[in-house]
Amino acid sequence: MSGDQQNETDDKNKAVSNTGKPEQPQARMVTVSIMGKPALVPDDSTIMRAIEYSGQQIIRGAGCREGFCGACGTIYRLPGDYRIHTGLACTTLVQEGMALSQIPSVPLEKAVYDLETLTPDVDTIKELYPVVFRCVACGTCTKACPQGLQVMDYIQSAMRGDIAELMELSYECVGCGLCALRCPSEIIQHKVAILGKRLYGRYLRKESKELDTRIQQIKNREYDGEYAELMSLDREALSERYYARDTE
Amino acid sequence: MKLSYFPGCTLKNHARNFEDSTLYAMDRLGVEAVELDRWNCCGTVYSLSADDLMRQVAPIRNLLRTRERGDSQLMTGCSMCFNTLKRANHRARASEEDLARMNDFMYDEPVDYAGDVDVLHVLEVVRDQIGFDAIRERVVKPLEGLRVACYYGCMLVRPNEAAIDDAENPRVLEDLITVLGGEPVDYSHKTECCGAHQTVDKPEIIADKTYEILGAAKAQGADTVAVSCPLCAFNLDHRQEATLKIHSDFHTMPVVYFSQLMAIALGGSESVLRLDLHHTPPGPLLTGKGLL
Repeated sequence: MSGDQQNETDDKNKAVSNTGKPEQPQARMVTVSIMGKPALVPDDSTIMRAIEYSGQQIIRGAGCREGFCGACGTIYRLPGDYRIHTGLACTTLVQEGMALSQIPSVPLEKAVYDLETLTPDVDTIKELYPVVFRCVACGTCTKACPQGLQVMDYIQSAMRGDIAELMELSYECVGCGLCALRCPSEIIQHKVAILGKRLYGRYLRKESKELDTRIQQIKNREYDGEYAELMSLDREALSERYYARDTE
Repeated sequence: MKLSYFPGCTLKNHARNFEDSTLYAMDRLGVEAVELDRWNCCGTVYSLSADDLMRQVAPIRNLLRTRERGDSQLMTGCSMCFNTLKRANHRARASEEDLARMNDFMYDEPVDYAGDVDVLHVLEVVRDQIGFDAIRERVVKPLEGLRVACYYGCMLVRPNEAAIDDAENPRVLEDLITVLGGEPVDYSHKTECCGAHQTVDKPEIIADKTYEILGAAKAQGADTVAVSCPLCAFNLDHRQEATLKIHSDFHTMPVVYFSQLMAIALGGSESVLRLDLHHTPPGPLLTGKGLL
């Protein structure tokens, strides 16, 4: 995750809020620019909190609020730093002088395919996402990834048909799409990643004998009695069982 | 001997026959080819545009990865990758400013590239580091009676800064075939261009080139043509069907990688040859010569 927590001075606490009225804030405050509009927000806010603190209601670009869903991709710059930074608004803290803009949606055309008819190799990548082969290995996607993934490496894996590595390296992708917006070759990395994970899951994953056995047991109705018993329990008894269960 | 190794994308796919046989032969000759942990496309072709440094980042990044693992030599078998890597390296070494700009652009890499990695082709390792005498001692199945036309194409010998041998009359492949017990065939077209990427839009050009090149080899009595480039291999082998349609007097001929001939001579089984990836099957020829 990007975004270092910054140390703020007390001077900021005497600042004027964006309502124009003098006030004495409780928290240390920082000034940020939210999509071009300055706002004074507590320095321990996430970007998402800051947007809401400034009086805006987020109607697009927020989802799980815990860094998993990828709906709140955000780009920002910091004073004296030429670089574009990225972060998920829900898990990135604000900093003094941060100028940010949310990217709630990434326009793209995703490939439509029937997984059952594909092969887990480079020819499938070529057919469904030929744009992958425009990659010049500039690494801009990797710089843009708020998850810190080696995005360029997984696109390179796709280029050589290494579906297992494509899956492995993109496993924690949340699909925010910031890589796709920054890519000079206009690749849609996060969608290629999903294809890779589907191909791996369908064709390359290791078989689990234990899982197969258990599924067979369920099909043979070996657990019907236990299901029926659970379904008949009241909330209290169910709760007791739940907390007393064996966990690994 | 351990050497950092760059496979390239094609050797991981449609040219598995090239990679598997190369790795087998290198292993037999005491060279452990250690594939880079992280590598990217070489850049596919060397970019000739003077002001588009972005195109040089891909090859340079692979050299930087080599440096990251503390090595100063990077070996590759694919002639196209070799040419691209070597020329990008040459440019980086020739221009401090270009190198500095590329390093600045790659600010997220833990180390800078300083131009201090040498790019080696497998054939250079074979000739200069292992040596033909050492190879001769390792041959267990000499390529007796196999007449081989060695084909260099462009990428191994041009331009000068990327050449592994004389551009007009290279000998390294012929010398190799000789120590493997085969008979190299002299013919006129060994450094002729195969037509390269014209194969995408104008396969008829490739058909003409294939007709000329394989025809010249055949005229000198060659049984097969040995190559070192997956694109040459594709054009000379897989385009034989198109060639036959245009030139009715064309005779098909198996095209092999030099590494496959090395693997055979050094005792490799058919599994490292991946003959299933060829268009014109080399199987009957090799079986006929008692080499399979």
